[in-house]
This record gives sequence, structure tokens and C-alpha cells, in this order.
Amino acid sequence: MEGFRYMDGVSTLRLEEVACVGCGMCPTVCPHGIFTVDRGKATILDRDACMECGACAKNCPSDALSVTPGVGCASYVIQGWLGGRKELFRNISKHANV
Amino acid sequence: MGRHRYRIEPRLYAVGSPGPDSPVLVTANYKMTFDALRKELGGQNAWILVLETGGINVWCAAGKGTFGTEEVARRVKTTRLAEVVNHRRLILPQLGAPGVAAHRVREECGFSVVYGPVRAQDIPRFLTERMKTTPEMRRVVFPVSERLALAPVELAGFLRPTGWAFLALFLLAGIGPWVFSPSASWHRGLGASGVWLAGILCGAVITPVLLPWIPGRAFSAKGGLVGGCFAACIAAFFWEALGVFQGMALLVALPVISSFAAMNFTGATPFTSPSGVEKEMRRAIPLQAAAVVLAVTLWVGSTFAG
Ligand code: SF4
Ligand code: SF4
Repeated sequence: MEGFRYMDGVSTLRLEEVACVGCGMCPTVCPHGIFTVDRGKATILDRDACMECGACAKNCPSDALSVTPGVGCASYVIQGWLGGRKELFRNISKHANV
Repeated sequence: MGRHRYRIEPRLYAVGSPGPDSPVLVTANYKMTFDALRKELGGQNAWILVLETGGINVWCAAGKGTFGTEEVARRVKTTRLAEVVNHRRLILPQLGAPGVAAHRVREECGFSVVYGPVRAQDIPRFLTERMKTTPEMRRVVFPVSERLALAPVELAGFLRPTGWAFLALFLLAGIGPWVFSPSASWHRGLGASGVWLAGILCGAVITPVLLPWIPGRAFSAKGGLVGGCFAACIAAFFWEALGVFQGMALLVALPVISSFAAMNFTGATPFTSPSGVEKEMRRAIPLQAAAVVLAVTLWVGSTFAG
């Protein structure tokens, strides 16, 4: 998103190129235009713009993509420090319906 | 709390007079999302399949997993969609993708998933142009109108902390060489409460609105910067009345409150990653804590210096 950049070098997004079948799903679902598919293989254009929403990994039919999904929210991270991380993923009450 | 008011019944709805070839659009049972979609579909014939997401919008419900593969498959079956339409295609909002695995939906209920645009207003174009999208239709945006609309939500989130902060500030305000003074508590407490409110305003409203134009990446840094500018203006006006210690306390306290409030705003934006927020917080929280200690020391210490 132009004008909006967040922290660099932290995204957990990984692409295993050999597994990619070039289906084109990741560029479709990514809300930040991170991917392009060229000659049957996906490429990450801008990893630092990834918000770790998990849409790409969830929709990749060949498990070529992985990311630790979650919500980029301070109270979520605090809860992650205090308790288990998994549970947290469920907790996004703060952004309800905005 | 009052959620049901925003909820609609999860089932199949008709817009116009749809037939067996009409498109099926899937959405959450959050009333505002549903109404927006229905409005955009005005004049067309379509089906809307509403999922049970507990009255939560698509994006949040997808993150929680309630707008998910299983729920899509379940609704397709309970509404007997396969008997209502001839085709086997569902149009899902792109922002539902974190919860739905398109390939698994097909395995589970025989319908294939097409992800539509991010925004409901692009849907008419998407439908007339045979489900083609432009890159713009696939990107989230975060315009100033949206950032401004979040201000009341952010401020409401600070109501309870503000109550506690006022209590602590009025208590601290009374402490001095005289041990505890009710009149000092009142006067100094009022001033400190004003600083708190200014800090919240800077971090929860001004920083979000000016977000892309404030230098830096970390929200805590941006908030600190805005709070610092604001504090410098106030200090310049009231330096005589405040004195060195209280003036310094103001210059430290206001930015740190703003910094914390701004850091909290990370949760409301569509571009901050959890790994990024964690990185930011690991750096910011120790600094913020140290600044709070410094500000309180200066402030309480000012009564001894006077
Ligand atoms: S996790 Fe989300 S933002 Fe990151 S690349 Fe995947 S779809 Fe894009
Ligand atoms: S979704 Fe997976 S298989 Fe499809 S293009 Fe992307 S990485 Fe390749």
C-alpha cells in the first residue's frame, strides 16, 4: 500500500518454489499484491509488505506457501507473550466490525 | 453485547428475481456488510448466501476462522444450493480468503470458489466484466476517511484506562513535602489529567489521521513524535507557570502516552503484521516504561524543588 510501510525483515512468509504449481491463487487472494506468477512459478515481489493474514498459504493447493498467520495488533501480541500463541489467533475482538 | 442487532439470519437470500443461472455471492451475517452488498447489487438478479459468523464482518471472521471452509460447505448443504442453481460456483469476498481454502470447498461441497473484489462497490463491475478483476480491486486501502472513522472506536477503547489513569494521577498529584495535600491533588491532578487526554488525542486520533505523512515506521515512534510536537507547543506557552521540573515532566509524559496510544492503533490497520508489531513492541515497551518512571519522578520531584 503506497504511503504505508511497516517493519522490514520480519514476515514469516515463505515460498517453496519447487512445490509451486503456478495455479495463480496467491496473487488473487493477497490484499497487498505480494506475488506474481510467471512461467508457472510464483515469486514474492515484496515480502516486507506482507501483513501475515494467511490468505495465500490457506489457498495454496500444493502447500508451497507458509506463513504464521495472525493479527497485527498490540493487545494481541501482549496476550501472546502472556499465554499461548495459538489461542490468540482467535482473539480479534478489538477490531470487531470496523 | 447487543451483537444480535447487527446480525441477520444465515440463509440464502434473493436480490431481484434470481434464477438457476444467477450468481451466488457469499457473505457474513454482519448486517452492515450484508446491506452494503445488497445495495451494490441493486438492479441485478443474484443470490446471497449468508454464513453464520456470529455477527462479525468478513475480514475479522475470516481471521477467526468462522468465515471458513467448513461453514461455507455447511451452508451450501443446509440451503440445498445445488438444487437452487444449475452452476457450481460461489463468489466469495477476497477478504474472506484467510479463512477459506478454495480447493477444499470444492472437495467438500462440489462448488468452486471465485474470489471477488475487496470492496463491495466493485462488485457490479466484477459481475458485468465476467468476473475479471483489476489489481486495484484486489488491494486493500486505508484512506483518511477510514482512519478518521476509527477514532471513536479507538477513543472508546481508552475509556477504562483513562479512569484508572485519572485515579492514579490525582493520587500522585497530592504527594509532596507536605505528605499529601488535597488542594495540590486537585490542581496538579487536573493539569496531569489534561496531559493524559492530550496524549491520548495525539496517539489515538492525530497520529492515525496523519499516519502516512509522519516519518518513521513504528507506530510508537510516530505517536511519540506527534506527542512531542504537541508537548513542545504547550511547554512553550506555559513554561513560566510550569517551571523546569514540571515542564520537563510534560515533555516526557505527553509523548509517551501518545506513543502507547498510537502503538495500540496497529490493531486497526490493514497492513501491520503480527511479527512486525511484536518487533516494534520489544523495542518500544522498555523505552516507554523508562519514560513513565522519569516523568513521574520529575513531576513528583517538582514539589520538592519548588
Ligand atoms: S500472508 Fe496475506 S499479506 Fe502476506 S503474502 Fe500471504 S496473502 Fe499476502
Ligand atoms: S498458490 Fe501456491 S501453487 Fe498456486 S501459484 Fe501460489 S505458490 Fe504456486
